[in-house]
Amino acid sequence: MLRKRIIPCLLLKDRGLVKTVKFKDPKYVGDPINAIRIFNEKEVDELILLDIEASVLKQEPNYELIAEVAGECFMPICYGGGIKTLAHADKLFALGVEKISINAAALADLSIIREIANKYGSQSVVGSIDCKKSFWGGYTVYAASGSVDTKRSPVEWARALEGAGVGEIFINSIDRDGTQKGFDTTLIDSIVKSVHVPVIACGGAGAVSDLTDLFEQTNVSAVAAGSLFVFHGKHRAVLISYPTIDIASLR
Amino acid sequence: MIVVVDYGVGNIASVLNMLKRVGAKAIASNSRSDIESAEKLILPGVGAFDAGMQTLRKSGLVDVLTEQVMEKRKPVMGICLGSQMLGMRSEEGSEPGLGWVDMDIVRFEPREHRKIPHMGWNEIVAAQEHPILDGLNGLDNPSRFYFVHSYYMSPRDESNILLSANYDQLFTAAVVKDNVFGFQFHPEKSHKFGMQLFKNFVELI
Repeated sequence: MLRKRIIPCLLLKDRGLVKTVKFKDPKYVGDPINAIRIFNEKEVDELILLDIEASVLKQEPNYELIAEVAGECFMPICYGGGIKTLAHADKLFALGVEKISINAAALADLSIIREIANKYGSQSVVGSIDCKKSFWGGYTVYAASGSVDTKRSPVEWARALEGAGVGEIFINSIDRDGTQKGFDTTLIDSIVKSVHVPVIACGGAGAVSDLTDLFEQTNVSAVAAGSLFVFHGKHRAVLISYPTIDIASLR
Repeated sequence: MIVVVDYGVGNIASVLNMLKRVGAKAIASNSRSDIESAEKLILPGVGAFDAGMQTLRKSGLVDVLTEQVMEKRKPVMGICLGSQMLGMRSEEGSEPGLGWVDMDIVRFEPREHRKIPHMGWNEIVAAQEHPILDGLNGLDNPSRFYFVHSYYMSPRDESNILLSANYDQLFTAAVVKDNVFGFQFHPEKSHKFGMQLFKNFVELI
């Protein structure tokens, strides 16, 4: 049967890899190419690479770096950050990226999803949603790397992205990001139950048991994590790792 | 030399990357003379069936490819949509396929708890012995490959089934007919398993 996927999610800022906490305080964790070589050797299921400042600074993706990354990747790679037009997507697919993740551009205009899906197929477009719990207990979708509350409901936005043609939904909890306190199961389950496409959950993984718990508790297709795969120990020393889990437990 | 047919659809950079990694001499090309002088061919492809077939027809390469594959008997590897295009027709569209393998492409019916597309890593089961599978599928370490698709190949003749996989049902993951190979998954994105498969294809006589 299909294995559940475990995906390192790497954040890019100014050519370096960083890790944030609640989308803030990016800490430098290393060189992207070096990290990707290590993840390649560890035969990870897939990689997600997100440029966290491209959209905020209104920059295009760093194609040169992405080409270098794609050349090292013998597994699927998804890139996100700064993709505003079909022409940007064209360039990325030509470099050997399988999937692109769209967040800010879709919030501005959903038609970008349709354009890319029509040309490259739904499987090549991931709809990315950053969520935060409001004071009142509900969740809303945030834009601009977690700085602007769009007041949209994550469930409705996920359905809108699916309707526009994304092949997967990437759901990220801003509150849990970098905290390693476990996934926001309520949020993730609400998304999984409201769309038909595969859902990738991100934000809060602190131990391998968090991954297996989430697979048991929800019908999520994949989990993504940053801190879990780049930090080691309570002092958060940088050490790249990837869990080897009994396949049977992930079915 | 291996020619990756560059008709404008498919992840050509990744395929070339993998071929380079296994030490093969390969180029991406849409020129007739390159295809005529190639030892082996690779037909990549992603996206919808009709769009892929229409783009391939527009490239004007269908006749030279058919001649090289069906008459000159050059080994050809179709990947993902490229493997489906080897068949007769697809439920996804109305365009005829290349017709090199007698099979239809059919849709995964929606079922509860089964997300479509079938996306991710799945283990394969060999339906027959073949040199293209050398070094794959040790019993203690079953080979796994990366899949992304909503439709699958359904050969009329069971002897054309090379590999199967299970997604809440058994389905054909790879086909073989003489010199024609079709892989539904992405060997170019499947780590050492994909490398082994490319190596076997390169070394195939």
